[in-house]
Amino acid sequence: MANWIEVCAEGEIEEEDVIRFDHDGRTFAVYRSPDDAYFATDGLCTHEQIHLADGLVMDEVIECPKHNGRFDYRTGEALGAPVCVDLKTYPAKVEGGRVLIDLG
Amino acid sequence: MDDIVIIGAGECGVRAAFTLRKLGFEGRIVLFGAETMVPYERPPLSKAKAPEHKPIAAREAFEEAQIDLRLGVTVRAIDTRAKTVTLEEGASHSYGKLLIATGARARLFPGMDDCLTLRTHEDAETIMRHVEPAATIGIVGGGFIGLELAATAVKAGADVTVIEAGPRILGRAVPEEIARLVHERHAAEGVTLLTGTGVETVRATGVTLSDGREFCFDKVIAGVGALPNTALAEDAGLDVENGIVVDGSFQASAKDVYAAGDCCRFPWRGTPVRLESWKAAQDQGTHVAEAMMGTLAPYEKVPWFWSDQYDLTLQVAGLFDPRFQTRSRGAGAAGDTHIVFQCDTAGKLVAAAGIGPGNTVAKDIKLFEKLIEKNAPLDPDALADPSHNLKTFLKAA
Ligand SMILES: Cc1cc2nc3c(=O)[nH]c(=O)nc-3n(C[C@H](O)[C@H](O)[C@H](O)COP(=O)(O)OP(=O)(O)OC[C@H]3O[C@@H](n4cnc5c(N)ncnc54)[C@H](O)[C@@H]3O)c2cc1C
Ligand code: FES
Repeated sequence: MANWIEVCAEGEIEEEDVIRFDHDGRTFAVYRSPDDAYFATDGLCTHEQIHLADGLVMDEVIECPKHNGRFDYRTGEALGAPVCVDLKTYPAKVEGGRVLIDLG
Repeated sequence: MDDIVIIGAGECGVRAAFTLRKLGFEGRIVLFGAETMVPYERPPLSKAKAPEHKPIAAREAFEEAQIDLRLGVTVRAIDTRAKTVTLEEGASHSYGKLLIATGARARLFPGMDDCLTLRTHEDAETIMRHVEPAATIGIVGGGFIGLELAATAVKAGADVTVIEAGPRILGRAVPEEIARLVHERHAAEGVTLLTGTGVETVRATGVTLSDGREFCFDKVIAGVGALPNTALAEDAGLDVENGIVVDGSFQASAKDVYAAGDCCRFPWRGTPVRLESWKAAQDQGTHVAEAMMGTLAPYEKVPWFWSDQYDLTLQVAGLFDPRFQTRSRGAGAAGDTHIVFQCDTAGKLVAAAGIGPGNTVAKDIKLFEKLIEKNAPLDPDALADPSHNLKTFLKAA
């Protein structure tokens, strides 16, 4: 069942950037891609428990701020050492100027 | 036989083995490691009182990739003509291609033989047994490992003194502004730091300084740098000079022999360098695997290093060069971060370093790293202005 949760207003995430979003004791990373699409993943890197929101977004890749682990934030795919476990992803959309993610 | 033999199951050797499989190498891969534990990450060893054993890959992953992992086996000799390696028991193993990834070991100056040193998980367990409330710990050497240990020990309640012979901690690895912030933080946490004080003699439980001062400690830890493990290569007649000498594809001076990671000296932008860096060991492991599979491309990965002390993280991209001026990019919006960089005379970025709580400097240092990689001339004044977003330079470069 869909469970859409509001994250923020549309403009609050800069283009090609990421923010941290906490909800119900869980933490997420919410991304805006260079072509203005929104995505969401679990907030913590799968290598060590480091928040990805301090990392750099370039194109479709988020780089972990701690040891450079790279993920495709659209699919959650871990792109090579030191990360080997994929990130969980969540559907995201914009509705009425608000960014929403579906926590299922 | 076209087996690939890898000597050294550390960050680099393990990375190379998995990359060879990923690239489709179908022959046998034999990975010899002198240590008995499943290959693990070293960086945590200095950063916590109870360092975890963090495997680089699970044992099953080696099995799945059909990497023949031989732990607790030390390679004793290499014969580059017969293309064999000799093991402890005298058994030998032939190779089609050989990778030497033997890493480095803690350096000891004469008289330091009874001091503790830190390179392996076992070393860390020994050291941490001595790190307890009120224990007096002397650390000789104000480099990264010594300082991380100082932070870990003082947090655990020990009474810590760091003795550095050079005029300041962290030597040439980072510019003075950054070293000063690290120094101040250690002092504020209660670590006694003595800089510019040469050491006359060092014992297991005491240090005599060249100015005659005597210090007694429960334990002395030597943190005076690392030396590349090159004896095997030297005995085999390979070129060695502060590391096993390799070219841009990490090929050593004999046919079908490669070396990478902390044990090698490779050309970076025309200058031979040897690094001790976790990321470089990974990058080089990947690169050398590609080279062994026939893809020869120049190695252009920018050196990158980090260190954690207290809640501070320090990150360095590139290699600082005393010939160039160091500029500051300011103290960040919250005033608790600091970023510096160097450009060469043509305006090309050489290096950048940042320090701040948590991962606050990560994004900027990552952008600096990418800018260094681009190797395009930039305007240092604009880089120094924190209101300029570094990403725009990258897009323009
Ligand atoms: C305490 C500590 C903290 C660190 N912290 C950081 C950090 O915060 N950031 C960072 O960037 N880097 C850090 N490093 C550096 C990083 O861990 C190294 O750069 C990296 O491990 C190098 O990988 P390597 O594979 O080249 O060598 P190693 O990891 O040293 O692996 C080499 C392996 O080869 C084995 N070997 C040697 N000779 C033989 C032989 N003849 N036969 C069989 N096996 C052999 C050794 O036993 C060893 O297991 C740290 C290192 C230490 C020790
Ligand atoms: S915590 Fe993300 S790469 Fe290590």
